[in-house]
Amino acid sequence: MCGIVGIYLKSKKFEKSLGGMLSKMLVSMESRGPDSAGFAIYNSDKNKIYKYSICLNGMSFEKFKKEIKNKVKITNIEKNSDHVILKSIEKPNKIIPILEDFSTISLVGYGKSIEIFKQVGSPSKIVKKFNLDNFSGTHAIGHTRMATESAITTDGSHPYSTGEDECLVHNGSLSNHNNLRRKLKKNGSKFSSDNDTEVAAGYISDSLKKRNLKQTLNKGLNELDGFYTFIAGTHSGFAVLRDEIACKPAVIAETKDYVAISSEFQAMAHLPNVNNAKIFEPEPGIVYSWEK
Amino acid sequence: MILDLKKLKLRSVNEKLQNIDRKKNKRDFIISNPEGNHAICAGLTENIDVTIKGHVGYYCAGMNQNANIIVDGNVGTGVAENMMSGKVHVKGNASQSAGATAHGGILIIDGDASSRCGISMKGIDIIVKGSVGHMSAFMAQSGNLVVCGDAGEALGDSLYETDIYVKGKVKSLGADCEEKKMSKKHKTKLKELLKKAGSNIKPEQFKRYGSARKLYNFNIDNVSNY
Repeated sequence: MCGIVGIYLKSKKFEKSLGGMLSKMLVSMESRGPDSAGFAIYNSDKNKIYKYSICLNGMSFEKFKKEIKNKVKITNIEKNSDHVILKSIEKPNKIIPILEDFSTISLVGYGKSIEIFKQVGSPSKIVKKFNLDNFSGTHAIGHTRMATESAITTDGSHPYSTGEDECLVHNGSLSNHNNLRRKLKKNGSKFSSDNDTEVAAGYISDSLKKRNLKQTLNKGLNELDGFYTFIAGTHSGFAVLRDEIACKPAVIAETKDYVAISSEFQAMAHLPNVNNAKIFEPEPGIVYSWEK
Repeated sequence: MILDLKKLKLRSVNEKLQNIDRKKNKRDFIISNPEGNHAICAGLTENIDVTIKGHVGYYCAGMNQNANIIVDGNVGTGVAENMMSGKVHVKGNASQSAGATAHGGILIIDGDASSRCGISMKGIDIIVKGSVGHMSAFMAQSGNLVVCGDAGEALGDSLYETDIYVKGKVKSLGADCEEKKMSKKHKTKLKELLKKAGSNIKPEQFKRYGSARKLYNFNIDNVSNY
């Protein structure tokens, strides 16, 4: 099943309350996905600092902090439950190999604006655990998972991020992910799980090197086989795509201040002024995107 | 009588509406703050009027018998699914599978309905004032589907004896669905349905589609269509 949610702010009015808005959306999608939950929140610092979102997987924060400080220049390091946001001016091609040398931790996302948190457990526990209500930002994407094709683990939780400031959440399942994974690996993509969505995220990252997000998703219609509603995020916004059979639901609410998307309307019922929003279902096989 | 879903539990509201005491004579209900909840007004059996003020979730008015239900908003998947009788009027848009498998009654949608509208319908009359999505009236068995806008791909695929009337464009017809002659009998029926939905569009502006009846029994020549 799974639940997906997203908010893109068109004005600055709700930037401070973005976390709170997303938090309620995630909790109301608990019935669609009680196994694990996660969210990606974009908050542009407008400087050259990279943010690395890391899941400690049981490693102690103090130990990690001590070890990483010996290896790279760090601007700031902050713990949030079992996740860490590490800020550094060092470029990803330098830092990622260093992080990969740690056997326990996993890098769940990186970029100049994205922060990702995801963990096993019910959405209501996850949003409290990471204090999502206190986050601000420009746009955000979330997911509640009912595991079907791979195990209930942090690695199996969404969002998946396979490129700088990129992320993907998915409701559905893909049938050609093994073939596609092999192809992408040959081209140099790396995967950390057996999950089908991670392959779709890798596909999108690979394609984004040559195309924009809208073109990428249009191309994906022919190459990603299965059923899906996707929300794909980048530093500048997000895009939504449903497969052409449209088995998986999605509803969009648009006002002058924001665009919200979720699997079911009830996830948006609490949003400000939603009863005057333009509410519609994204049509199958059509890419909808909102970008700054 | 106002039933506020912010204060009352959905189950208690449905139970109340499902167990109307005829002697008390309360026949008018308003449900406020539906907030996208599922299965609102499912399983009603009495001739009562219920107005839902706002957007609702899945299976609203499912299995309805006799009740007259108005939704002042949008509805999720499967509105009036398996309805037996009564009337459901949606003032906004409907998600997929509106009126699925319904045996009777009338479903009026003022906006658009998405895919699979009237899937496997078995006697209901559905009037959509906007357009319908792909695979509408799939395996529809009897009743009428009236579409005042356009229809998506594969309209009436594997159709039995439902009459489909479309005013706008049909993107494509499904297997065994074909355009049919509009006789006087059909025009009269269509006029009556449009009147019930409060529309004054002339029946002459519609085209009728029905079953070519080639897929009823297995025929080796049709194997590619099954």
